[in-house]
Parts: sequence; C-alpha cells; structure tokens
Amino acid sequence: MVAEYGHFALIIAFFLSLMQTVIPQVGAYTENQLWMSTARPLVLAQSLFISFSFLCLVILFLNDDFSVRYVAENSNTLLPDRYKISAVWGAHEGSLLLWVLILALWSLAVSVFSARLPIGLVSRVLAVMGFISVGFYLFVLLTSNPFDRSLPFFPLEGSDLNPLLQDIGLILHPPMLYMGYVGLSVAFSFSIAALLAGNIDSAWAKWVKPWTLVAWMFLTLGISLGSWWAYYELGWGGWWFWDPVENASFMPWLVCTALIHSLSVTEKRGAFSSWTLLLAIIAFSLSLLGTFLVRSGVLTSVHAFASDPTRGVFILTFLIIIIGGSLLLFAVRGPTKKTTSGFFKLSKEMFILTNNLILIIITAVILLGTLYPLFADVLGWGKISVGPPYFNLFFVPLTLLLGFLMPVGSVLRWKKTGSINLRRYFNVPLVLSVVLGGSLPLYYGSYEPVSMVTVMIATWIISITLRDMWQKSICPGSILNGLVRLNASYWGMVFAHIGVAICIIGVGFTSTYSVQKDVRMEPGDSVEVAGYQFKFISVSPYEGPNYIADQATIVITKNKSVVTTLYPQKRSYLASGQTMTEASISSSIFRDLYVALGEPLKGNAWGIRVYVKPFVSWIWLGGLFIAIGALMASLDKRFRRHAS
Amino acid sequence: MKVVNRLRLFIPLIIFIGIVIFLVVALDRDPNFMPSALLDRPVPEFSLRILSDEKKYVDKNIFIGEPSLLNVWATWCFPCRLEHPYLYELSSQGVRIIGLNYKDNIVKARNWLFEMKDPYALSVIDNKGKFSMDLGVFGAPETYLIDSKGIIRYKHVGIIDDRIWHDRLLPIWKNLK
Repeated sequence: MVAEYGHFALIIAFFLSLMQTVIPQVGAYTENQLWMSTARPLVLAQSLFISFSFLCLVILFLNDDFSVRYVAENSNTLLPDRYKISAVWGAHEGSLLLWVLILALWSLAVSVFSARLPIGLVSRVLAVMGFISVGFYLFVLLTSNPFDRSLPFFPLEGSDLNPLLQDIGLILHPPMLYMGYVGLSVAFSFSIAALLAGNIDSAWAKWVKPWTLVAWMFLTLGISLGSWWAYYELGWGGWWFWDPVENASFMPWLVCTALIHSLSVTEKRGAFSSWTLLLAIIAFSLSLLGTFLVRSGVLTSVHAFASDPTRGVFILTFLIIIIGGSLLLFAVRGPTKKTTSGFFKLSKEMFILTNNLILIIITAVILLGTLYPLFADVLGWGKISVGPPYFNLFFVPLTLLLGFLMPVGSVLRWKKTGSINLRRYFNVPLVLSVVLGGSLPLYYGSYEPVSMVTVMIATWIISITLRDMWQKSICPGSILNGLVRLNASYWGMVFAHIGVAICIIGVGFTSTYSVQKDVRMEPGDSVEVAGYQFKFISVSPYEGPNYIADQATIVITKNKSVVTTLYPQKRSYLASGQTMTEASISSSIFRDLYVALGEPLKGNAWGIRVYVKPFVSWIWLGGLFIAIGALMASLDKRFRRHAS
Repeated sequence: MKVVNRLRLFIPLIIFIGIVIFLVVALDRDPNFMPSALLDRPVPEFSLRILSDEKKYVDKNIFIGEPSLLNVWATWCFPCRLEHPYLYELSSQGVRIIGLNYKDNIVKARNWLFEMKDPYALSVIDNKGKFSMDLGVFGAPETYLIDSKGIIRYKHVGIIDDRIWHDRLLPIWKNLK
C-alpha cells in the first residue's frame, strides 16, 4: 500500500501546485487580498504532501519492495541501509521526485522568510514557483512515476545500485547540487514577478540577493563534491573531465556568479537592471537544461543515461514554455532605461561588466562544446571533435584573465576611481606576485611556466584582497576592531575571492607536479615515488556487506619514518558481478598519496598504481572557501534591515 | 531610440529560438545516423602505431580475414569507462574488438588497460585524430561494425550495453562475414 499512498500524495501535491499557480497570480492582478493570501498555506500544504510522498519512496526502498519497478531496478537486499536511502535518487524517477521536493522546500522557505515583502510580490513569486512545480509533477506522473508496480510478476531480488554510486560522495552530491539548481528558481521567480509587476529597483535586488547567494553556495558545494567523488571513486586520480554532466552543473554556476556581481550593481547603483533580470533567467534556464540534458536522450550520443523519446518531447516542450516564455516576457516588459553614465571610466561597474562578459563567454564556450555533437549532427559537419583540449584551450586563459582582473575590480570604487591612489594599491602586490611566482615553483621542483603563472595570479589575488582589507580596517582603536566592523558581505567577498586563488593553486600545482607510477609488485617489494617509499606488504581477502574484495596493505615511509598505511581494494559486487577499483588515499594539506590496486599478475604479483599529488586538496578547499564566503555574504544585516 | 532599446531585449529570445530549432531537428534524427559516404565503404587508409608496442605500425589489413568491432575510446571519456566492462564481456565471448585510442595520452591509455583489463585484440593510437577524422568520428565512444573484407557495415554512436548490443548490433553482427 505504501506505493499507492505515495502515488496518491503526489497527485494531491500536483493539484495543490496547480492552485498555487493560479489563485495567487489572479489575486495579484485583481488586487484581491484574500486570493493573494492563499499562496502561503498552499505552499505549506504542497510541501507536506510531497514530503510524505518522498518518505513513502524511502520506506519502499528500506523495505525492499521489489514489486515497485524503480526499487527493483536500483536496490538489492544486500545493499546497506544508507545506500538504500541514497538509491532513492540514484536514477531518473527518484531524482526528479527529489527535485520537486526541494522546489517545494525552497518555496516554503520563501513564504516563511518574506514577512516584510509586499504581499503582491510574494504571491507572484510563489505562483511562478508553483508553475515550475506543475511542470515537474506532470513530468513525474506522466512519464517517470517511481511508484509504478510491476505486478503480477515481480522479481524476488533487486538488480542493485550501480557500484560507482555506492559511496558517501554520491549520497550528498545530488541533494547539494539540486539545492543549488532549484535555489536558482527563486531568483528566476523574483525576476518574472518583477517583469509582471513592471518595477525593478534597488530594494528588489536586496530581496533577491541572499537567495541567490545561498543557491550559489549549494551549487559550489555540489560541484566540489562531485569532483571530489570522481577523484577518489573513479580510481584514476582525475578530478574534472569536461563531461556533459559536469558541464551541466558548471554552466549555471558561472552564470550565477555573474548574477551575484550584477545584482550588486543593481543594488548599489540602480544600474544593469535588464542585464540582471536576463542573467537570473539564463541561470535558471541552464539549471533546467542541466537537469534534463542527461535525461532526455538528446545527448545519448555522448553520455549514458536513460533515453526515451516521449520524455524528450515533454522536456523540450516544458523548456520551451518556461525559457521561451520568460524570454518573451523579458523582451516585451524588460526595462529599457539606459544607464551608461561613467561606465567607461576606471570604476567598479566597468570591472563587474568585464567580469560578467568573461563569465558569459566561458559559459557560451562550454555550452557550445557540450551541445557540439548535436550541432555537428544537424549541420552535417561531423568531423571536428571536442574533448578536454578544446575546453582547456579557452577556459584556462579566460580564467587566468578573470583572476587577474578580479582583485582590481574589488578594490575600485563605484563611479570613478582616480588613477593616482591606484599605483599605491598595486605596487606591493605586483612585486610580491612576480617574486613569489618566480621563486616558489623553483623551490618546489622543476620550473614550469604553468606553475609560475598560477602562483603569480594567486598571489596577486590574495595580496590585493588582504591589503584592501587591512586598509579598510584601519580605524580608531585596533585593527581587530576594524576587522569586526567590516560588514558580512565584505567578509564573504574576501573569502570567496581567496577561495578562487586557492583553487587556482590547487589546479596549477596538481597538473604540473603530480607523479605517477605503475608497477608490478610482489609482497615485500618497495617502490619510491617523489621521496616516499611504498612497501607492498600483502593482499588478503576482505568481506564487505554486499561485495567481496582483495585488499592490499601498503606501508608508506619517508626518511625511514612511517607516514601512513593504505588499504586499496579490488571489489567484486555480489549482485551485479561488477568489479570496482577502490583507491585508498591519504590526504594532507600539501600532498595526497594515492594507491590503486590493478590486476593480479603472474605468481603473487599485482599491478599497482601509485600517485603523489601535491596540493590536490586545495581544489576542494577553495570550493569550501567560496561556499563559506557565499554563506557569510547572505547573512549580511542589510538584507534583513529594510522594511517594505 | 526607445524602439532600438526594446528590440535589443529581443536578442536573447531570438538566440533561444535558434537553439530550439536545432534541438528539434536533432531529436528528429536517429542518433545513430551514419553519413552515407562511409556506410558500406572500406575503412579509410591508415598507418598507425599500436598501444602495446609503440614501434609497430599496422594498416587496414588488420580488418581483413574476420569481422571486428572498431571501438573508439579515450581515457578522458567518462562514458568509455562505463562501457568498458561490457566490451570485456563481449571480447571474452569471442567478439574481436579493435580499439582506436582517440586523441589521448599514450601513458594514460596504457594504464587504463592495465587497470581495467584489456578487451581489445589490439589498440591503434590516433593521438592527432587524423584517422578518426577520415572515419567521421565525432566523439567517444563510438563503435563500427566491420566485416571480414574491411567494409564498414554499421556505426553506433554512444556506449554499448547489453540492450543496445542485443537490439541493434547483434542482428547485424550475426550476418557479418
């Protein structure tokens, strides 16, 4: 019965979202207070029903109810409970259910934290969010119902969750990413509401910004987690592949980054308003595209997920209505007021505009690369290929340029900054960057242009940012006093920008100085990699809950003292028979030691792969800094101070 | 001036409509559509090194004598990793698979096969992508069905799994001579 309850709750939630779309919207047009005031209770009711429905699916998984097709396809009695729960969103149907659940929770958050906003705006925003939910509910109910039974003949045992997905990284990654994707619907709905109501001003920007920052934080965390998972779970030490799925999450992030900066200009200077609206629409459109891209079958030629033409047609129609509709609204109702005064002088506005342009160019390049196989097919070119070389060719120089401009823009003033005080600002950081850029890589090992540029840009960012912070905190009393007085937005910016610098260092050093060796080893053998001795002690059988494995013991020493012991595994999953390489990693701030077990060779020997990867954890540390920065900025007092 | 500004706001909509038209056309097509120029034609001429022995060159004669699958793969290609175990299963059932290592790093490619078992009878190295271009490859993974005379009989774009093998490739494979 649980499946039927879940299905029924889902249908009720659908009807509630339909009401949420229509009633408050009509109320806002006719200025009917009663109709507008239905928005909040409807959101609450919808959230309760969809939560119940989701809970039902979780229970079905925990009870191993294999009469439900989706459970049978993605679970197994041997699967540990935590993976049974994460299997709920391990495939298409369940991940869409998670998507609508999160959308309902975001709507609930908007309805709770909007007490001070005009009721007309709130009802419009919630109505737009309701409209998006309607589309998703229809999609789930009509094409991808997770509660479908396969009666009367159902399997006695499930076919198991893909072993690649049986991992803590994959328990957390999709919910985080979806929190980010769906969070962008708030900025989108606010934009549509503003277009419908016909006014957008500094107060509007202030309302939208904290929501955008929180969504951006989740996106950052989601992407970082995904990359971290790829790094340790795929077993070959890579951390970014320019895969369509990754690109799909990276593009909304880039546009959202542009949006956050553009919102600042709208808030502080009342400018860029149509641009800001457009970015909010594009950011959410890209996250819709991201959700669907891998599911629709449009990209089956490059990726490997569910493909089903009816789904594809539904998705395309839905995308056309949402994106096309909002762009049409934008074209007809968007503000045309020109605000060009002072843009071409040396000002914060100009740098933010440049930053936005670079981010949009990067996004366009990635979008083109991702959709390329499609375009090529349609146009009949078919003879040029894309892969990491294409993406890196554009992405690396553009990102470094962005990194160079970023701190400069952050210290400039609004309107106009004189050139005299600039020299004072940048003298020391410039010297510092050149000196450190020239010397640090030399200290570290071989002299590589990549690491030199990396260090220079990172030093440039960090030193200017810190210098500016120091300058701004000079005040009567102590520096500490001054630091405390800086507002949360400023602190957030400092954290995020330094996070970018940390990322750049991580990427640059890992790509340049990673050392890798593949060796044939017998128990007792040792190999030296980058100053570390890896000693292969033994291989013994190991029994996991739903797999059996060969587990190697490898002791790592440096200068005769033991650093750590690693236990890489070669797993064989019982239900599916798939084998998996489970790498073992010892992480520390300056280097990762990474051991993966290959194939058994003749005699007692095994193929073993060893990596020493310097600074690799900085990539995710940088992501964490950016996320913390976003959180801090979203908590700024000024977002809560204003009254309507 | 006002009108010009308004028209400017239509640009995003127009771009979007353009993309949609492409997508609609793309959805209408069979993703495994094969450029007719190469179907039922011999494999283009090539002379490439093989992965297991960099000094050794092979040419199109490797396709003569028995039917083979020509599988385009690369270590940077995530789907290839998903497809790999199934290829291994096919090869252990006796299907002859030739690998085409596409725009890749030779060391990485060797490590990949070392770590994940090698389903390929041999893998040719096409790190510049020249041969792949002649062949009409537009991404990895792709698989070509080639008969014992070296004639291309089918092209599949995307990964091969159990369903695709049985539904699409096996019927053609069975009839290859």
